[in-house]
Amino acid sequence: MQTAVIRFPASNCDRDAAVALEKVTGRAPIMVWHRETELPDGIDFVVMPGGFSYGDYLRSGAIASRSPIVRDIKAKSEAGLPVAGFCNGFQVLTEAGMLPGALMRNKNLKFVCRPERLTVANANTRYTKHYAPKSEVTFPVAHHDGNYFADKDTLNRIEKEGRVTFRYVSNPNGSLNDIAGIVNKAGNVFGMMPHPERAIDDMHGGTDGLGLFKSIIESI
Amino acid sequence: MAKKSEITPEIVAEHGLSESEYAIILDRLGREPNLTELGIFSVMWSEHCSYKSSRRHLAKFLTTGDRVIQGPGENAGVIDINDGDAIIFKMESHNHPSYIEPYQGAATGVGGIMRDVFTMGARPIALMNALRFGEPTHWKTKQLVSGVVAGIGGYGNCVGVPTVGGETNFHKGYNGNILVNAMCVGLAKADNIFLSAAKGVGNPIFYVGSKTGRDGIHGATMASAEFDDDSDEKRPTVQVGDPFTEKLLIEACLELMATDAIIAIQDMGAAGLTSSSIEMADKGGVGIQINLDKVPQREPNMTAYEMMLSESQERMLMVIQPGKEKLAYDIFEKWELDVALIGKTTDTGNLVLKHKRKKVCDIPIAPLADDAPNYDRPHVKTEAREVLEARDIHETQDYNDALLRIMTSPDIASKRWIWEQYDRHVMTDTVDSSQSGGDAAIVRVHGTKKAVAITTDCTPRYVYADPYEGGKQCVAETWRNLTCVGADPIAITDCLNFGNPERPEIMGQFVGAIEGMNEACHAFDYPVVSGNVSLYNETNGQAIPPTPAVGGVGLIPDLEKHMTLKGAKDGDTLILIGDTTGWLGSSIYLSEILSREDGAPPPVNLSTEKLNGDYVRKLIRGRRVNAVHDCSDGGLAVTACEMAFASGQGMHIVAPTNGKTHGWLFGEDQARYLLAVEENSVNPVIATAKAKGIEAQIVGSVGGDRIKADGAFDVSLEKLRAANEAWLPNLMNGDA
Amino acid sequence: MKALVYVGLKPGVLDPQGRTIARSLNDLGFDEVTNALQGKVIELTLNGEDAEAAEARVTEMCEKLLANTVIENYRIEMQL
Repeated sequence: MQTAVIRFPASNCDRDAAVALEKVTGRAPIMVWHRETELPDGIDFVVMPGGFSYGDYLRSGAIASRSPIVRDIKAKSEAGLPVAGFCNGFQVLTEAGMLPGALMRNKNLKFVCRPERLTVANANTRYTKHYAPKSEVTFPVAHHDGNYFADKDTLNRIEKEGRVTFRYVSNPNGSLNDIAGIVNKAGNVFGMMPHPERAIDDMHGGTDGLGLFKSIIESI
Repeated sequence: MAKKSEITPEIVAEHGLSESEYAIILDRLGREPNLTELGIFSVMWSEHCSYKSSRRHLAKFLTTGDRVIQGPGENAGVIDINDGDAIIFKMESHNHPSYIEPYQGAATGVGGIMRDVFTMGARPIALMNALRFGEPTHWKTKQLVSGVVAGIGGYGNCVGVPTVGGETNFHKGYNGNILVNAMCVGLAKADNIFLSAAKGVGNPIFYVGSKTGRDGIHGATMASAEFDDDSDEKRPTVQVGDPFTEKLLIEACLELMATDAIIAIQDMGAAGLTSSSIEMADKGGVGIQINLDKVPQREPNMTAYEMMLSESQERMLMVIQPGKEKLAYDIFEKWELDVALIGKTTDTGNLVLKHKRKKVCDIPIAPLADDAPNYDRPHVKTEAREVLEARDIHETQDYNDALLRIMTSPDIASKRWIWEQYDRHVMTDTVDSSQSGGDAAIVRVHGTKKAVAITTDCTPRYVYADPYEGGKQCVAETWRNLTCVGADPIAITDCLNFGNPERPEIMGQFVGAIEGMNEACHAFDYPVVSGNVSLYNETNGQAIPPTPAVGGVGLIPDLEKHMTLKGAKDGDTLILIGDTTGWLGSSIYLSEILSREDGAPPPVNLSTEKLNGDYVRKLIRGRRVNAVHDCSDGGLAVTACEMAFASGQGMHIVAPTNGKTHGWLFGEDQARYLLAVEENSVNPVIATAKAKGIEAQIVGSVGGDRIKADGAFDVSLEKLRAANEAWLPNLMNGDA
Repeated sequence: MKALVYVGLKPGVLDPQGRTIARSLNDLGFDEVTNALQGKVIELTLNGEDAEAAEARVTEMCEKLLANTVIENYRIEMQL
């Protein structure tokens, strides 16, 4: 099992993602610099970490989503490579068109950081199998642009297809349908605004996030 | 320099230099300076850079100790935390810029203090901030709070360093002059600390980071000037922060520091290129020659004067090992940062600047730094206030109402609205933060079982009432707060915010506070390793309350034995360590319930503090307690409420055995700790305390869903919590 | 040659920043303000002489990077 974490300029949860992946897989991920044009051979799972890639200038995730490495990851994801994005990583995935919708400025316009209760909206995906259906987990959120938006048709479609994986219990940012996380149609690309990688340790944020990493790793 | 500069007395005055200071410059140079040289002298001799009013008093501080690797004088202080690890930390003010442009002022304050820490080889691991705003009803307060908080968050969150704690006060004394003090804590290897002394002759000097623009020209002299009503017009001198570049700069510097390429490194902070180059040269006893044409510039046609005085952010200066130039270029270019070889070290002892093929400055470095003015300003001692007895102070007839008013008062109300805007969890080592309302933040040393505890404290109303006792109290409270989480307190940084030092009564506050602080430092073997002085915090002649903010750092050797206030359990007994006399002078009770701010503040008995604190720490390490909270602002009642909020348990406080109920519940006697103790530990905890000569008594119990005090109040925990949480959001949303 | 690119949220997409601006203007007594939309202007300096060709390229830039067409629309103004 070899995982990879993509580092953009001003990614800042890259180490956190690496710690989580090493904890679950027993092996340190390869850290891939954004200027690379191709993933190294033999990568089984890619994480787009949180942060403020390129300072979040223009739009959160916008510039990162146009970097050479993302082009390669997008192509490989279309061939089935599992890719997860947390926080800024989720923003990159939507900007890259790998997940539907967009993340807009929080409804109250303020950055919000707090432990957030989420319900597992679909426990039957590659990323959520370890959770009981409708169970509740707590992951920290920390974002300024986490307000999930999609047009009506898209929203109806992802709801109908069971692609909403997590919902906020008390919506911190104005996301439509309380959406906290979604998967693509094939189920291999996943994004969420909360930080599962910050919930893998009793000393820090609890261990609710482990189930997510175990789910995807075991599915590979 | 054939052409003589025309320096008029007006130009000298505009540069904030006195006639006598200018006479010294003429004497040292043996000629008239040109405008660039005058500018350089003016920033180096400003209060901000030269500490000319404070230097002789700061020199009295205890600055050494077993764990001190680097004391004051470098970018930040360095302490040893075992196993080859070191902690690098400092606190700094950004008061004036934050008043003029709250978002950018606060943001660049955070950026500056982070640079001070990573310049020395540390990865920043935690940020704290100590904020003082004007009264909540003042028309400018809301706008300042929201701008400052957004600025701190905007910068720290983006760079990816958790903001883990701090404090916020409101008082009319800050209406025209807020305080924004930011602290950064970093982690380094003890054998890989980087200093600022340039060494050798002919070594290359590199400029790294953002380009130089006309930002903040004269920021350093502005920070040392009083405000007046025209301050809003000073806006153009405020710098704009770029946290994205800062993040790249951190990563690039740490990457280069892992090699042996760097001889010396210095952040270009206030007074930018001037102070960084002069400090590096002065400390290394060398000269420096810079070709200003090589400086990366953001705007066309910049003059030498502008480049030397610019305060553009996110820039560093370094002396590189000859032969390692390519390595440095490669790393900075990888991180897409501007990098330029702008000069070299020389053996002349002079600062020589060239611009457009002309020599525009040639001045000896020694007088700029070492011979800077060093004033012994006249100071008068603050008059002692009357000691108030609780029995002479009006007792409330409605304790429920009094408790509610105190728990919703500006200084006691929850600051969730603020700290929820800060990322407290990034780096995933935050064990405890503002989130629990605890005494100190706890940040794990990555990959180990140890942690650092961090706190900032100051009680300005005490310092105003009695600078000496108040100064002692600031240091003692940090020491107590670190103790509460089970840490060994190690050292402090300070940010000394005062008014105009040319007024003897202000200088008296400054001198008194330092004496008190220093006495506490000695009593606890708790040295000052870094700090900053901010004077002239006045508007229209009205000085702020004296505010020597103290940042304390301690070590928790084993996280298994750390402590918080969250763990109080149903059925626990509440034990109060320390003596309660019911001290209400200068208390929150007095100000909030009786609208009085008089009376002497509580005295601090340092040997009792030490005895009590050492005992509490021992109880924590022996796992004798479930929760610990420092008993300070608002007294026993507020302490118990905060423990109730954090643990979700009700609290029951018994009536006093002697003395008045208001003094018992709201008195602010020092050296006290509230402990939640399981039944079978109660007797041993009290008996051992008595044997050591420590006051310890049962003051109540934990459990239920109410906050009760016999003969006083009885309120619902959830209602009180809701009110405590609602005050700041209501103020900020305009419903207050 | 210069191109001004105006990027704003599509009609119907909630614009909390615009709403806050409108509310603040109302609070200041500008009661005639019924709505505000906040966007951004990006000023591009371009090489070349052919305005029509340039505008086509700028349109491509908008589609590829400058606007997120899931939530934003854009308008281009060429300045010769």
